[in-house]
Amino acid sequence: MAAPSTSTDHALPADLAEVTRDESTLRRFLHGLPGVDQVGAEQRAAVLGTRSIKKASKLWAIDTAISMVDLTTLEGADTHGKVRSLAAKARRPDPDRPDTPQVAAVCVYPDLAAVAVEALAGTSIGVASVATAFPSGRSARSVKLADVADAVASGATEVDMVIDRGAFLSGRYGQVYDEIVEVKAACGDTHLKVILETGELVTYDNARRASWLALLAGGDFIKTSTGKVAPSATLPVTHVMLQAVRDWHDRTGQHRGVKPAGGIRTTKDAIRYLVAVHEVAGPAWLTPKLFRFGASSLLNDLVMQRRTQLDGHYSGPDYVTVD
Amino acid sequence: MTVWEYAPAPESRDIANLKPSYRMFVDGQFADGTGEPLKTINPATGEVLAEVGTASTADVDRAVKAARRAYDKVWGRMPGTERAKYLFRIARQIAERARELAVLESLDNGKPIRESRDVDVPTASAHFFYHAGWADKLGYAGYGPDPKPLGVAGQVIPWNFPLLMAAWKIAPALACGNTVVLKPAETTPLTALVLAEICQQADLPPGVVNILPGAGDIGAAVVSHPDVNKVAFTGSTSVGKQIQAALAGSGKKLTLELGGKAANIVFEDAPLDQAVEGIVNGIFFNQGHVCCAGSRLLASESIVDDLLAKLRTRIATLRVGDPLDKNTDVGAINSAEQLAKITELVAAGEDEGAERWTSPCPLPDKGFFFAPTVFANVSQAMRIAREEIFGPVLSVLTFRTPDEAVAKANNTPYGLSAGVWTEKGSRILAITQKLRAGVVWANTFNRFDPTAPFGGYQESGFGREGGRAGLEAYLDV
Repeated sequence: MAAPSTSTDHALPADLAEVTRDESTLRRFLHGLPGVDQVGAEQRAAVLGTRSIKKASKLWAIDTAISMVDLTTLEGADTHGKVRSLAAKARRPDPDRPDTPQVAAVCVYPDLAAVAVEALAGTSIGVASVATAFPSGRSARSVKLADVADAVASGATEVDMVIDRGAFLSGRYGQVYDEIVEVKAACGDTHLKVILETGELVTYDNARRASWLALLAGGDFIKTSTGKVAPSATLPVTHVMLQAVRDWHDRTGQHRGVKPAGGIRTTKDAIRYLVAVHEVAGPAWLTPKLFRFGASSLLNDLVMQRRTQLDGHYSGPDYVTVD
Repeated sequence: MTVWEYAPAPESRDIANLKPSYRMFVDGQFADGTGEPLKTINPATGEVLAEVGTASTADVDRAVKAARRAYDKVWGRMPGTERAKYLFRIARQIAERARELAVLESLDNGKPIRESRDVDVPTASAHFFYHAGWADKLGYAGYGPDPKPLGVAGQVIPWNFPLLMAAWKIAPALACGNTVVLKPAETTPLTALVLAEICQQADLPPGVVNILPGAGDIGAAVVSHPDVNKVAFTGSTSVGKQIQAALAGSGKKLTLELGGKAANIVFEDAPLDQAVEGIVNGIFFNQGHVCCAGSRLLASESIVDDLLAKLRTRIATLRVGDPLDKNTDVGAINSAEQLAKITELVAAGEDEGAERWTSPCPLPDKGFFFAPTVFANVSQAMRIAREEIFGPVLSVLTFRTPDEAVAKANNTPYGLSAGVWTEKGSRILAITQKLRAGVVWANTFNRFDPTAPFGGYQESGFGREGGRAGLEAYLDV
């Protein structure tokens, strides 16, 4: 099998490097991970969802959540104009309140990456491009790699790839692993997020195995969903993935990130995710370097709630920009 | 590293509708008891919450007479369909006043509002709903075509789930056609007296439910009163033994729900992260003041290190503090007396050589609090493995083979509950059959449901509460 990325911060301890030696050891390792009990996992997510975040801690959560948004548009009907207005929104989410944090990145299709790069020049906002025949991933590997090369050449700082779910579900873990390793190599220094599409993997056991597979192959982030398949991100599946990066850190000392994407629309939802980050992965993950929200409408709700916190009253959707 | 402090999010104590004084409830009326009044305190602060009038033995006699009258004249002969209406009404009233009851329970008991709100009060309401459904279907419960009630039930309940235990006792008794004289615990009488108010508002006929606050002597007077037909007690094993001795030969029907020292068995193929949650919920739920608490963790030797590491990381995130704060996971120990007992047993654990780890969580500077504690390297011979601590203290033992796990789990005079954690279904079935415990949870712990019978083996008591089996305790069968 292909060797994983050799950059120093992704070097694996010997015991983990060994598990990717061949298909059968990889399979044994993934199937040897502790199971996830569905009832228990969902119960834990529900209980943690009852945390009550108020006042200063709420304002902090809103600002942190804004700084973690990957502001996304992934439509066939996307235009240059739409990407530019999204970039403007990313720079200044609330034009009336310039102290509002900027978002982490703008996420677009590869052919629009160059437009986003130009529109965000001079900022620290990233440009994430989906790639590898997003969203289904059903293309030849050469096409997927060309897709990645195109995104990187356009100046994208982050690549959001999809895994081959067909191969994963039929048990060809080596194929999935090799593909991620090759994509990682094609990315070079570009940050790689690996989309598991948990809605198609269905079980939490699969989500855990796919998480470890992506981490072993060198993914910087594991991401729940494309947003094109229901269900997309859920709180319990994000718990499972947060536990995976926490366990990965305990074992390797490396910090890897998590990005739930799709279906997170309200501040209340976002705060529930942040509580999970805080209490499942740990406080170290409360940074855009290690946690992102893949979302579009979430940002406006965060901006509205931010105003509510600061003004003491709710102003309504007419006071935030619709892009 | 970022520090995200959650701002305090306290539930308002005004919702509890706390009154300066409470009185006993006899024959449909609140009345002054002739016992010495007691003061009930908030264990999280030590402040006095209210003065509560207590019953004397003369009041016990009055209450039993009222209950007898209600049984003979009204309740015992009322058709089940009619009794059900009252029970449904009480169930709905509890649900409607859920917030008030939850806050009051947390104030009086010290348990976190998250638990009183999400567990105690909804489950109490569920018990009334469930038993209301039985009231007109007793002929189909498997105890003959027309099973009869017993008469007057004398019931004594503990302080760990004040309202929920009252519901566990009163709902089946009433559904089966019995009348009730109930004594709540000395330190937590308030929610039971609000339940009395609910009975009054539900127009329950006078005398069907009588609630008498008081200390142990009043409990003794209730259970030994000659005109009581049925005794139900939940509490400590030592008091349970005294009651059983006192009742010998009296012909009274008795059920006891006593202490426990439950084993939570984690096999190497367990869903580890959920097992950690289950262990935490098993021993830190309600500060460990749970008779069925999973106080002995039996971990497979091959995973004990991983499990303990994960467990400590998780326990360190438990938030200990103000019970009324919605983000509190572990509240206050119910009384100074209980705190002293926990402290004493923990010291014994250290003396006997177990390896102590205590969560570094901050504790409030007043009130009764104890940080979640785990003892590793515990052996069966130590006191912390044998005696019920009834606090947030977990003892960890290991095993090599399934047989050893079963032998250690059963090696206790108790037998109330147990837990089994494994992804292998056949193992769940095989192990649960060998465990001598009234309740065995598989891949979960401390889940309660009115449809599931609850009760123990050996020194954990006898008789069942809940489910079809629980009806037997209140029927003449």
